[in-house]
Amino acid sequence: MRYLPHTKEDIESMLKVTGHTSLDELFNCIPDDLKTKEGIDIPESLSEWELNSHMEALASLNIACKDYKCFIGAGSYDHYIPAIIPYLISRSEFMTAYTPYQPEISQGTLQGIYEFQTMVTQLLGMDIATASHYDCGTALAEAALIALRKNRKANKIAVSSLTHPSHRQIIQTYIRPAGYEMVEVPYTKDGLTDLKAFEAMDDIAGIAVQSPNFFGNIEDLKAFKTIADSKKILFITSFTEALAYGLLKNPGYFGADIVAGEGQSLGIAKSFGGPGLGLLAGTKKQMRNLPGRLIGKTTDANGDEGFVLTLATREQHIRREKASSNICSNNGLNAMTAAMYLATIGKIGIREISQQNHDKAAYLKNCLEKAGFKPGFNTPFFNEFVMKVPKGFAKKRAALIHKSCIFAGMSLESFYPELKTHYLFCATETISKDDIDQLVKEVQ
Amino acid sequence: MSQQPGTSGLIFNEPQLWDKSRKGRCAMSLPKLDVERVELDKTLTGDPPDLPQLFELDVVRHYTRLSQWNFGVDSGMYPLGSCTMKYNPKTNEVQAARQGFASAHPLSGDEFSQGALELMFNLEQYLAQITGFDAVTLQPAAGAHGELAGMLMIHAYHAKNGKQRSKILIPDTAHGTNPASATLCGYESINIKSGPDGILEPGTIAAVMDEDTAGIMVTNPNTVGFFESNIKKIAEIVHSKGGLVYGDGANMNAIMGIVKPGEIGIDVLHLNLHKTFSTPHGGGGPGSGPVAVVKALEPFLPIPRIKKELDTYKFITDCQDTIGRIHTYYGHFGIMVRAYSYILSMGAKGLEDASKLAVLNANYVKESLKGTLNLPYDKPCMHECVFNDKFQNKYHITTMDMAKRLLDYGFHPPTVYFPLVVDGAFMVEPTETESKEYIDQFIHAVKAIAKEAKTNPEKLKKAPHLTKVTRLDEVSAARKPCLCG
Repeated sequence: MRYLPHTKEDIESMLKVTGHTSLDELFNCIPDDLKTKEGIDIPESLSEWELNSHMEALASLNIACKDYKCFIGAGSYDHYIPAIIPYLISRSEFMTAYTPYQPEISQGTLQGIYEFQTMVTQLLGMDIATASHYDCGTALAEAALIALRKNRKANKIAVSSLTHPSHRQIIQTYIRPAGYEMVEVPYTKDGLTDLKAFEAMDDIAGIAVQSPNFFGNIEDLKAFKTIADSKKILFITSFTEALAYGLLKNPGYFGADIVAGEGQSLGIAKSFGGPGLGLLAGTKKQMRNLPGRLIGKTTDANGDEGFVLTLATREQHIRREKASSNICSNNGLNAMTAAMYLATIGKIGIREISQQNHDKAAYLKNCLEKAGFKPGFNTPFFNEFVMKVPKGFAKKRAALIHKSCIFAGMSLESFYPELKTHYLFCATETISKDDIDQLVKEVQ
Repeated sequence: MSQQPGTSGLIFNEPQLWDKSRKGRCAMSLPKLDVERVELDKTLTGDPPDLPQLFELDVVRHYTRLSQWNFGVDSGMYPLGSCTMKYNPKTNEVQAARQGFASAHPLSGDEFSQGALELMFNLEQYLAQITGFDAVTLQPAAGAHGELAGMLMIHAYHAKNGKQRSKILIPDTAHGTNPASATLCGYESINIKSGPDGILEPGTIAAVMDEDTAGIMVTNPNTVGFFESNIKKIAEIVHSKGGLVYGDGANMNAIMGIVKPGEIGIDVLHLNLHKTFSTPHGGGGPGSGPVAVVKALEPFLPIPRIKKELDTYKFITDCQDTIGRIHTYYGHFGIMVRAYSYILSMGAKGLEDASKLAVLNANYVKESLKGTLNLPYDKPCMHECVFNDKFQNKYHITTMDMAKRLLDYGFHPPTVYFPLVVDGAFMVEPTETESKEYIDQFIHAVKAIAKEAKTNPEKLKKAPHLTKVTRLDEVSAARKPCLCG
């Protein structure tokens, strides 16, 4: 096996030093009755070229092996990834390093993530951003726990029913064992979270609102902030499409206390849903409540600038059972990827790409309307929107996938049973006018 | 290879991104807009984020220079105990980058994702085979996330049986994440002392295990590098009181093909694909922390699960007793592709050989350095061995000083000051992918440093000398945090 360096002579001479006569003897410290009597029943080892053909055969069973056109977002978005991103992130000094526990030989990771933290604060208008989480759903669940732990009276968290369905499920999973409860805020006929229903809720520790929400609509975060303040509860916002904040007013502008988001849009492949990038940011006041790693600037013994992991006293390896979270490994390499992406597109690029996402989605919506689809809601959106589809659409949609590898939106029925004939559509900058025209022609 | 790998060479200063920024630059050629521009209402839009403005070579140079300040497994030996810093095969990266995997949308439907589903289904089977369990979930995103999933299952199991319990037993050799994971489930951690020879004694467990205790979290091999040989007896004690045994499989690299945790009384075990199964650590993730369980815990696994019907694979969610969902989609699929490639490249024999050679390497280091560094427990170890700085303390030299000096010699230091049961711990895990020559160089470096501790202690106290920065002021970093530029 090419990864195992030991020659027969190496093994013999090393065994001599350890005082054993065979490799098996090294395991004498394990009682015999604990050793397995059966081997590992898995396929025989493959050479690299055998592996290549096996893997390509598997990959080609996914429709993604073709140049498919995906008009589906719902938390995972198709954006153009510049060639320099995969090229630079493949540098093995980044990829094959551990968590930067030895800062003197980890300054690359440390400065890179410090810059990532900075750019996330700029994107979201927040004071502090952590070095990353697993994904938006888990970051949002951590945010909900912060609100719940902080509030001594209330044991419920209000979450918009237009928060990504999976994120709501994750929150449930995380908070239930500690005896907390999640209450959903219903949505209105405009496809927005119902402010009045939220206002009427008592005994809640915080409110979490996603904007743009799962329907793609832009929420009135200012109104939520006002009510959250009057209730003296934590205001949490979330998002699944990070590029929305190249165009929209950011959550910091509206006074969010904590923001949880998905950063997959920032140069990271969809990769069947993971690994993505959990973003978690907060106001200064939340600094010691936010779980996960933080990188800080400092100086070395010569007075030169350098970076270190800091405020580790909040973390599990120091605080153990008193830690606010058990998170250890995060999604560091994807945070570095996102930093590279943001540095590449810059201030000019992010505005133009974000605007184009909206332009393409608006064009798609217009064309669909002309083709007989009815808007689900008449509310401003970013790059996703809901349409009520004409009769026979499901069949046409299925045929279109088989014929042209075009995915014309996603049915909302399994997430919102009341929306049986409604589909969620998405268009990003990678979709051309021709793609849209073709889709519309085929489904009308 | 008599020369030490560490030397000095030209590295570049590189400012922070915004110091390089010049108004008007953009490192991406923006696509021409082929549809009409549609402005959103001004009350909704804000100013664009003030990101740096660079051109393409700026970005390339910036990250190339930053990378050169880093040390990875590809740079040199990385014997970081409990982290299993083995070689990360490059073919795994090629496999994960295949368009059919990397471009797959998670919601395109089972029918159009059969390759991804088949891969995940097979990986679950292989991991079940390697660990000796009945069922596996791949959903957890990291080791600690797997621990949380495992503990949530234990919690759900007791809830289903009608009586929740309030405590959990955690040995003093546990990973720091164990007690934190238990707390998230509302369990109080009861610290268990290991015996004089570094492993758990059944009597200690029997004395505290009761019907209000949910179970025990055991790392086996433990973090001192020893196999918990009383594990079967311990499991019997815990089971007899209705408790469950959680296994932290972070150290699975020592026992593949030798011991199957599912056969020795463990009920639920998490694995770290980014340790045992060779996926890169990436400077702190993304990892992947699958969880394997016995039949009795299968109903509690997170959803969605994968089912095979004839030759078709599908996700199922109608599992009444599930703990629920713990990841937005299905976990870190890209990491699963890499681990799957590794398992197929190694085969059963390759995996077993890997464990044997990992244990050989650790024992070789232990025997070679035991006169140089103090060895608190002098007995055969598994895949890692733990020394400390007792011999060097008389020269006022600490583990930290020796670790920092190792940087000058061109090695990543071992894990230091962990496990907590050993004062000034210096925990070496060479892994199987280091050759005898590399390990001999490391041994030689440690011996040279031990000599310097006597003859030139100041040199160690001021180490490292060859790195881009020297020791950093972590106290003021924490006292006056500066977390963004």
